[in-house]
Amino acid sequence: MFLISPKQLREFGIIGMNQRNFGLVARYNPRRLYPLVDDKLKTKFLAQKAGITVPKLLGTLLYQHDVRKLEKLLTSYDEFVIKPVKGSGGKGILVISRREHNCYFKPSGDMLSLIEIKRHVSNIISGLHSLGGKPDTVMIESLIKLDPVFSGYSYEGVPDLRVIVLKGYPIMAMLRLATHASDGRANLHQGAVGVGIDIGTGNALHAVQFGKPVHRHPDTRKAFTELSIPHWDKLLTLAAACYEMTGLGYLGVDIVLDRDQGPMIIELNARPGLSIQIANNAGLLPRIKTIEALQYIDPNPESRVDFSKKYFCARSSPQSAPRTKHARSNDLALL
Amino acid sequence: MQATFRLYTLVLLIMIAGIGLILYKHLALGFPLLPDEKKLVWIVEAKIDFIAHDDPIKVSFALPPKNPDMIFLNEDFASPDYGFSELKLKTGRRAQWSKRLAEGPQTFFYRLSVYKSDRIAAAHTADKPHEPIEPEFDDVLKTAATALLTQARNKSADTETFTRELIKSLNTESPTQNQSLLINKQSNADEKTDLLVSLLAMEGISARIVRGLFLEGGRRRQSLANFIEVHDGTRWILFNQDTGRSGLPDNFLIWQRGGQSLLDVVGGTNSRASFSIIENVQSSRDLVLGDMQDKQAGGIIDFSIYSLPIEQQNAFKLILLLPIGALVVVVMRLLIGIRTSGTFMPVLISLALIETTLVAGIIMFLIVVSAGLLIRSYLSHLNLLLVARISAVIIVVITIMASLSIISHKLGLSQALTVTFFPLIILAWTIERMSVLWEEDGPKEVLIQGAGSLITAIVAYLFMTNHIVEYLSFNFPELMLVNLAFILILGQYTGYRLTELFRFKSLIQQNVSDKP
Repeated sequence: MFLISPKQLREFGIIGMNQRNFGLVARYNPRRLYPLVDDKLKTKFLAQKAGITVPKLLGTLLYQHDVRKLEKLLTSYDEFVIKPVKGSGGKGILVISRREHNCYFKPSGDMLSLIEIKRHVSNIISGLHSLGGKPDTVMIESLIKLDPVFSGYSYEGVPDLRVIVLKGYPIMAMLRLATHASDGRANLHQGAVGVGIDIGTGNALHAVQFGKPVHRHPDTRKAFTELSIPHWDKLLTLAAACYEMTGLGYLGVDIVLDRDQGPMIIELNARPGLSIQIANNAGLLPRIKTIEALQYIDPNPESRVDFSKKYFCARSSPQSAPRTKHARSNDLALL
Repeated sequence: MQATFRLYTLVLLIMIAGIGLILYKHLALGFPLLPDEKKLVWIVEAKIDFIAHDDPIKVSFALPPKNPDMIFLNEDFASPDYGFSELKLKTGRRAQWSKRLAEGPQTFFYRLSVYKSDRIAAAHTADKPHEPIEPEFDDVLKTAATALLTQARNKSADTETFTRELIKSLNTESPTQNQSLLINKQSNADEKTDLLVSLLAMEGISARIVRGLFLEGGRRRQSLANFIEVHDGTRWILFNQDTGRSGLPDNFLIWQRGGQSLLDVVGGTNSRASFSIIENVQSSRDLVLGDMQDKQAGGIIDFSIYSLPIEQQNAFKLILLLPIGALVVVVMRLLIGIRTSGTFMPVLISLALIETTLVAGIIMFLIVVSAGLLIRSYLSHLNLLLVARISAVIIVVITIMASLSIISHKLGLSQALTVTFFPLIILAWTIERMSVLWEEDGPKEVLIQGAGSLITAIVAYLFMTNHIVEYLSFNFPELMLVNLAFILILGQYTGYRLTELFRFKSLIQQNVSDKP
């Protein structure tokens, strides 16, 4: 059949776009708090104030005439990331991983000249990537170094972890891996792989690309069964702490693992997408109901993480446990 | 909960207000709910001719009485240099023309537009009859009349059947001696009516002459037909004096009741009145509007769009369609989940499609956007600032539009000239957005969003050009309230979108197959 019945979807606890907008975003996220997450610079300063690690800021460019300063600014760096401060969905992010004299290289190996980088920066300032085309600011950050755990799981670029945090409790997590098809980007609809991560353990549960289950990374052929995220507790605690930091009740926290500095927050999202349900092969609704049923929100992020790990662990959930096993036995058979 | 309750109360109130106003306009003011209701309107023209002889002139002409089953749209009087007044006498309305001196042939016109109302006219009971006056016949005629009356009386049961029998026997093909004696007396219709009234008076029945006009299109030089109306003690019954059939015939306009003359001319000779009738089809909405303005009764009408000049009314025709387009966008995005580039860009495109017609419009839209995308991809190499680039795209779009118009004009395709109806700035932004989308998310996303926008625009177009929708949105602006209520309800919809049933399909299928 081409479509499935809404009843089945509801039974499975899938949250739809309308329900996300109405029941979660509009309900838990007061509009006035949006600038805190829509403006990446504000998020960064906020996080630093809260003692949360963020990628190092190398510089900002506010006006078109600042573009001239770009060359001087970049002289001392060989690798960096250029981002629009108000960009959304990974738009306008330019990663430079290598430089030879005046030639800059993207992780894919494509070469850019300084002029091209300047044009990109100018476009960002003009507001090309911002919501509503408003003038924007450019921020230049240090490049995150790939943690060896992920070697073989990422094609060009660093994987990032998306954690959905409801009222301070992490409820679902997904690792986004860039692929050749996604052109090194971590956007699921462009072909990045989404790997559902067990909140309880940090182990991979299930992976999808283009909405279909996959068991190995499409480019490196490495199986996801061995994938386990290190520093899992610290990572979840970081995500949970973003609730106090921003006041937003329904939050998507994007975290990367740096080889040297460990987990870092790179972006917060007040309207996180719904693909995470496909990557986890589970609906958000049962978990949302668990949190909404709570009488008391624990002020301590660590205790909240403990709660989440206990209740949202894949093995404790009768729904998802056998499925995981099944997926794994499939993989073993392939081996 | 509180908020939801408040919203639904609001929705309910808006809905009731909207539907109530629509029903009021429909039921009380007679606005038709569907556009196809056309009504036959007759334009009756009475022409009065006479010859004046350098004397003071006074012309009096009977005018048709207003009655509920025939609605008069308007009445015109045309008479060169004559004093004119409309008199309301006990016996009916009369027009009076007067002049101190006139010479030679004179002509007056009276023009009346009339249409039949849907309302069933109540039986005409108001006026009481006079006592019948016994006629003065000579002995021979009296004997013949008595014989005829006796015969009719024997064959009938009441006033109605008696009158029918009497008319029948006067119209018989093979008259008896008595009948022919009487019949020979009636050389024209008026005398026949007189005879009937006299005969009925002998029987003690009140009767009166009724003159009227059969409304048939394309008739000229008609004269009024004589009918006879008989009072049976409680009500007046109308009879055709030639057939004996009772009741008001279809499409018959009663012009005059009672024995007064139709036309009196003092100071002139050779006077005559003739009638011509033209048939005309008008939408019943126009008739109701005319009726309202006539009666000064529709307070609603006075403060409605109809009170604006025609030019503004036409502008509103288009503006009032916009809410329909907005509703389509809401449904497409919230219920179906189609992605469009720009929220209301499709509505603007569909407005343009209304002017250009569908197929030509879509072809032109595709040509302009794809040509724009090509040139825009070149512009992106030129390293321009955003505002300058969009301005450049606007100029490019104008150039494409102009060349498209000129080329198609040379080729003899007048359709493409309407390309100017496309909103220029919106097109330029669409091109810019699509081009950025292409660079960032690839051509697939451009196709998805482009197709989504076009499909939404086409659906909105189909709704907005629907004859009924167009009619309703303009004539019942109250529908906007109903529309608003729907949009408010849709704003609360938290169910799945149609596309999500597809999006999450694999997820469910897998779980079903996993379960033992």
